[in-house]
Amino acid sequence: MKYLEEKIFKIIMIGAALIIMSGLVYIIGTVFYKGLPSLTWEMITKIPGGGFYLGKEGGVLNAIAGSVFIIAGALLISLLISVPLVMYINFYLPDKSPFANVIRFSLDILFGVPSIVYGAFGFALMVYMGIRASLLGGIITVAMLIMPIMMRSLDEVTRLLPRDLPDALLSLGSTKYEMSKVLLRKLMPGLMTAILLAVGRGIGDAATVLFTAGYTDNIPTSLGQPAATLPLSIFFQLGSPVEEVQNRAYASAVILTVIILILSFSARYFSSKFSKHKS
Amino acid sequence: MRRIRHVKDITARHLMLGIAIFVIFFLIVIGLSLFFRALPIIKEKGLWVLLTSSNWKPFKGDFGFLPYIISTIYVSIIAIVIALPLSILTSIFLNSYASVSIRRLFEPVVDLLSGIPPVIYGVWGTLTIVPLISHKIAPKFVEFSTGYTVLAGGIVLAIMIIPLLVSIMTEVFRSIPGEMTDASLSLGATKWQTAKKVILRKSFPGIIAATVLALSRAFGETMAVLMVCGNIAQIPHSFFDACYPLPALIANNYGEMLSMPSYESALMLAAFLLFIIVVLFNGLSRFTLNQIEKKYQFS
Repeated sequence: MKYLEEKIFKIIMIGAALIIMSGLVYIIGTVFYKGLPSLTWEMITKIPGGGFYLGKEGGVLNAIAGSVFIIAGALLISLLISVPLVMYINFYLPDKSPFANVIRFSLDILFGVPSIVYGAFGFALMVYMGIRASLLGGIITVAMLIMPIMMRSLDEVTRLLPRDLPDALLSLGSTKYEMSKVLLRKLMPGLMTAILLAVGRGIGDAATVLFTAGYTDNIPTSLGQPAATLPLSIFFQLGSPVEEVQNRAYASAVILTVIILILSFSARYFSSKFSKHKS
Repeated sequence: MRRIRHVKDITARHLMLGIAIFVIFFLIVIGLSLFFRALPIIKEKGLWVLLTSSNWKPFKGDFGFLPYIISTIYVSIIAIVIALPLSILTSIFLNSYASVSIRRLFEPVVDLLSGIPPVIYGVWGTLTIVPLISHKIAPKFVEFSTGYTVLAGGIVLAIMIIPLLVSIMTEVFRSIPGEMTDASLSLGATKWQTAKKVILRKSFPGIIAATVLALSRAFGETMAVLMVCGNIAQIPHSFFDACYPLPALIANNYGEMLSMPSYESALMLAAFLLFIIVVLFNGLSRFTLNQIEKKYQFS
């Protein structure tokens, strides 16, 4: 009797795992199946032309460029804040310091705050500072979104670092600041993973930039101009009643998916490299 | 020479401390600024009226959040009901049945599922789930449905929260001491009996915490849900009615709200509500999970 139950549940469990796996294949498959036929070179290399939203020529270079600019700026800001913070928690504060735990706990919660809330907060902040929807606004808001992601994943790898390394450095007379610089080099693959994860999350998120970055058909040339983003471009094109425009939305979805796949697999590559260093 | 090194060290230390304090207070700053922007509408109408009225006519000054709140809850609960059993079964499978190579195969699956942007989920939902509901499922129960429904939102959300559930639950299951499961197995229990009687029972708090975490993720998910759930401000009466969750409300109306201060204030209240609920849920479940992790490290 119990062996029968065992068998039945084993089959159910394998079924559940298969459902999840096929869900992933189904999602990526659907996007590629619908999008690949409309994906042309023009999509990636041109900004929207005159009748773009009626199905005439042009591409989504404006959105690709906007997304890249925003994520690059956001990445810069969040690196400047995350790296020192993680160094501080791990190397400056003593082991099992309650202060470090408080910081980690607030990072966990910040990580859970929905992107639409960051969007609304970013918007409120911009109104307060008198900035219109622009590249700068997008950069600030996306930076808020990706900072906790980056800090958490960098903190995770930093904690795996063997404890005798910092001890050796300290006993050679280096200050903690010098020690952090040396150890950061050791943490490079981990930092790369953190960056790629953060970029992947930031580049795909629409709710943060919806209020704050605006939308434009041109490539932004200064921080004060509005910037289009890839997820929003997909969303707006999908809302069009014209079939060609909808097809382009699917093609843009393929572009975004390919970007995400590349980022995700490189993150995996770097994190496997890090664990090789460890052992 | 030595002094410069130490000055550098001390400057760095203080800068870092500043950043650390900033990060801790950041949460409070977000909460307070959303709250103060929401305050005018709360003062004008009273919080209770806003939360329990279902009358939403911004241009007449009526802001009743009830339809949005109920929509959010419905969609999230459907998502949990679908995702939870799948995730628990999969995590048990990965934990006690699967070989190392299968486990390794599954890691990128979870990674990718959590990495796919919400918009892509939305595109997929409108392409597959919405027509499926409209043509196949709904006709069996109701006369007509566009497919843009509570159910569609729930299904899309379910897939989005599965990676979170699976990754936390495999961690929780792994934290159960091996001696316990070994003891059960050596007494002749099958793997499933062990999973049912030992693993699931022992990790019950962890499963609850993971569920609460996933629920709060579901509450805040915007784009994907917005694209498939219809966005009609009503209290949905069945799975096949359109609904309008809170995040979608904020996302859809940001352009209009600027002209009307009370409208903006109402939307900021929506953001504040989401924020408070998510922070509470997250705080509770992270606390529980940390507790579990601590126990594991000592044993």
